Amino acid sequence: MPDAALIDLAGVSKRFGAVQALDGADLLVAPGSRVSVVGHNGAGKSTLMQILAGTLAADAGRIAIGGQTLEGHYGVRRAHALGIRCVFQELSLCPNLAVFENARVMHHALQGPGWRGRARRLIVAALDEIFPGHGIDPDRAVGELPLGQRQMVETARAFTVTDEPVRLVILDEPTSALDATAAEQLMRFIGVARERGISTLFISHRLAEVLTHMDELVVMRDGRMVGGGAAATFSEARLVEMMGVVEEKEVGPDAGPRAASASAAMRVQDSVGGAGSEFVARAGEVVGLAGLAGHGQRDLLLRVFAAAGHRAGRHAATRVAGSVAYVSGDRQAEGVFPLWSVAANTTIGLLRGIARFGVIDLGREQAAARRWREQLGIRTPDVGMPITGLSGGNQQKVLVARAFAAGADIILFDDPLRGVDIGTKRELYASVRRAAEQEGRCFLWYTTENGELSHCDRVYVFYQGRISDVIEGAELTEERVIRASFQEGAAAVA
Amino acid sequence: MLALIFLRQPRAASYFGLTLLLNFSLPLVFAALSQLCVIALGDIDLGIGPFVSLVNCIAATLLATTPALGWAALALCVLAYAGMGALIHLRQLPAIVVTLGASFVWLGLALLLLPSPGGAAPDWLQAATGWRPPVVPLPVLLAIVAAVVGEWLLMRTSYGAVLRGLGGNQRAIERAGWSPLAGRAIMYGVAGALGVLAGLATTGLNTTGDANVGGQYTLESIAAVIVGGGEFFGGIVSPAGAVIGALIMLLTGSLLSFVEISSDWQLSAQGGILILVLALRAFGRRPAA
Amino acid sequence: MSDTAARFALRPWLDRRPWIWSFAAALLVWLLTVAVVRGRGGLDTLAVAVQFATFYVIVGLGQMLVITAGPGNIDLSIPGVMTLAGYLAMGTMQQSNAGLIPGLLVGLGVGFGAGIANVAMIRLLAIPPMIGTLAAGFVAQSMAIAYSSGSTAKPAPALAAFSTMRVAGLPVIALVFVVVAVLAAQVLRRTVFGRSVLATGQNRRAAWLAGVRVDRTIAGVYVISGLLAGLGGVLLSAYAGGASLDMATDYLLMSIAVVVLGGTSIAGGQASVAGLWGAATLLDLVVTMLNVMRVGAGLRYVVTGFIIIAVLALAKGRARA
Repeated sequence: MPDAALIDLAGVSKRFGAVQALDGADLLVAPGSRVSVVGHNGAGKSTLMQILAGTLAADAGRIAIGGQTLEGHYGVRRAHALGIRCVFQELSLCPNLAVFENARVMHHALQGPGWRGRARRLIVAALDEIFPGHGIDPDRAVGELPLGQRQMVETARAFTVTDEPVRLVILDEPTSALDATAAEQLMRFIGVARERGISTLFISHRLAEVLTHMDELVVMRDGRMVGGGAAATFSEARLVEMMGVVEEKEVGPDAGPRAASASAAMRVQDSVGGAGSEFVARAGEVVGLAGLAGHGQRDLLLRVFAAAGHRAGRHAATRVAGSVAYVSGDRQAEGVFPLWSVAANTTIGLLRGIARFGVIDLGREQAAARRWREQLGIRTPDVGMPITGLSGGNQQKVLVARAFAAGADIILFDDPLRGVDIGTKRELYASVRRAAEQEGRCFLWYTTENGELSHCDRVYVFYQGRISDVIEGAELTEERVIRASFQEGAAAVA
Repeated sequence: MLALIFLRQPRAASYFGLTLLLNFSLPLVFAALSQLCVIALGDIDLGIGPFVSLVNCIAATLLATTPALGWAALALCVLAYAGMGALIHLRQLPAIVVTLGASFVWLGLALLLLPSPGGAAPDWLQAATGWRPPVVPLPVLLAIVAAVVGEWLLMRTSYGAVLRGLGGNQRAIERAGWSPLAGRAIMYGVAGALGVLAGLATTGLNTTGDANVGGQYTLESIAAVIVGGGEFFGGIVSPAGAVIGALIMLLTGSLLSFVEISSDWQLSAQGGILILVLALRAFGRRPAA
Repeated sequence: MSDTAARFALRPWLDRRPWIWSFAAALLVWLLTVAVVRGRGGLDTLAVAVQFATFYVIVGLGQMLVITAGPGNIDLSIPGVMTLAGYLAMGTMQQSNAGLIPGLLVGLGVGFGAGIANVAMIRLLAIPPMIGTLAAGFVAQSMAIAYSSGSTAKPAPALAAFSTMRVAGLPVIALVFVVVAVLAAQVLRRTVFGRSVLATGQNRRAAWLAGVRVDRTIAGVYVISGLLAGLGGVLLSAYAGGASLDMATDYLLMSIAVVVLGGTSIAGGQASVAGLWGAATLLDLVVTMLNVMRVGAGLRYVVTGFIIIAVLALAKGRARA
């Protein structure tokens, strides 16, 4: 019997500015199958799911659902009508509404007299079936539930049916917020759903879980598929190998790693992760923070930032000696002042240094801005130009200049080079090297691109908020990084 | 509150007394419910006071002399409110400034109709507000009805849940295929209708029109909603709570006069209660954070 | 070719000068007014309008700073503070020049206290600025009501004279505050505090991460707004010959209107000081024009409200990137 593939994506591409998130991705999902997509940061998994769910539009490629190629506008409502549901990591629940009212929001058909009873029964039935013993009261406001229960509600809701059938449910890291019991229950239910012809598309970093419960695996890298097949044919080691992003020779000790002298001043000490999870950085060092996004790296950076300036959010277990500056990777949300010029953006961190009685010396400001433009090679003829006129890479350079100009001892890099062109990256790598070697600055560098770690003297890999591995520059290999990203305590931590 | 008042003035604890005491709660109850609709969406309405004045003036003039014109004007008022909601959504404008600007428009129109207090309320309106139902005083009765209807419409209907969701997580509502534009316009329209009811009640009680009568309804309605359990963001509101809050606000004024504190401090006291409730909530939340 | 040359220069030049619209509109309205009165007393009309506009500018400066500090920040306590400051200052002056300085200090003190109270509510009690300042304003108004029932508050003669004094046909007080406005613009552009306000307003999180003292900055703008409201109340009372309970009722909306119409962004981070004068003059000229046309207070309010909403609705389209 010809089995029309439920989902057939071919050559899907999507670009965000300078970043090619998807580069000709293909995906085939049969009805009633459990498929998992695995890959490291930036592989394109989330982007692909969003296109499939209708919340993003692809630039190119063909999408066929249930054997029919999609023409015209494809959005969330149409996806729903075609039986595609999606559960993202940032939940789509209204915290002020009760559980059953949130079910009503998804289903336009739940109206008229008696809708409350029907909605209650609908969501409770789903919860009971997927997570028996859940103990969630359907009348409680979602905002009052702990995160795990909210995840359960949203997951269960995705499987509820009124007038539109469910054929595919996309789950983006669904077990990360669930406890072990609930996670197990969900895995079991996905098998049950399969018997009913419902397919599940799973994104997860828990390789063991995925190998046990999935029928098929697809490995993504750099925006396309690099392998796939029946789950039984894979092993964790093989997956790790396939996910590797860069060629071996790029990840490895840079030309002559400097042995940081033990006498260099201690800059940062953090032991929030508990014993055996200590983070240390010295003057003149470039320390990398690696691992999957959202596993505690940014928290560490913010803790250091708070501790240095005696700001809210500092932790007793974090000790910092020296001044600190922060360079964010999310330019728009946390970095750039869009109404200002390049000069003003550069000097905001050192205003007090060029002001007398609170009044800024404009001449010195211009001089400082120009000096850092030269040092970092920012491509702009005039520092008085609005910063929004610069390319993304150059804007990022301005943010780095801001940190350098502020004269900080410790510079925190929050994945600042993501989506920046390779030329700019190379120039910034050199600037960092120079600042560390010649000025003795200390860098804490969180990056989601493993290739950049080769510029670090030492790398701490994070997993679930704790340090899972400490790799000295000489021993750095991408495989070791990836292994530590997916497991806890992968290697003996020194 | 009530207990304190009865202590001072035993004669108030009678049918007549209660009616007198709570009579003027009627407009405030409706105004509070109107404000509730707007706050449920995460906005705020700083023009409700002048709007009530406007309705009052329309009722005391047009409604009495040329009823058809009067009703048409009131209908336009409701539409104007809905339009305001639509405008706020379409242009992503801050509700606070728009409603503040609208407050000038309402006040101006009211002054155009009645440059100085005057006019006369239509007989049927006076009779309606003067009605003495058996056993339960009219204001109490209407407060209960308003609370019940409000609760049912907003908290128990299927679309009411969607509207509240709009205030809780607009993106989620949009993703589920509902139109935030329609939702906002409808809620503001309802707010306008409730404002009309508040104005009509005022007219019936005062029997005349006055362009400045609605002065304190703005702060009082906000305070009523918040004291009654509502929050400024997140779509967390309680219609029954707002009604009770309105009564509390009113009784605060009465209590102050019974304890012989001048009415000058009434606004202060009401502002003070609002701040107190907010502060307590903030402290109550801290241990959990 | 000349077409493209013309198009190229105009738009960005205009965009960088948002205050131009208000001045242009003010000019238009003035010309209309002059036309209606057939040329009589045209300059005098302008002088009177500028006189009244000064008071809008004084409180507008404070409101501008608060609004510029970021979305959600607004000072609704201005009318109440003005009234209270006016009453207490007049009461202290008791119509004698000896009481001038103490009276002034009292007025400023009221403003300062209000600013502190606002900051306390916002920072310590986590109350949204909109509500906190609104309530604070009502408390201040209540206090003024209570105070007023016992006193006849008249200004010191010297202050009263100063507030109505003219030089070469222009009100002195307006000239003083033109200078103040110029200074304010410089403060925004050239001082650490001014930059902090602009940074916080553009992107509070980025400002925090860049090392800006966000909390202090926000406290500062509310205190300054309070001080200016106090000053405005004192001067307005002096001009009017005494404080009155409803002297500041217009100022709630007007303080916001002159800020927004003048080209300051309601989203924060971009302030236009010159625009304050343009918008204040415009609004006052509109009122004057309507008065000249024998239009009643009612229509005046309606027109003012409509203008504000219309400008807001039209301008926003550009701002939302």
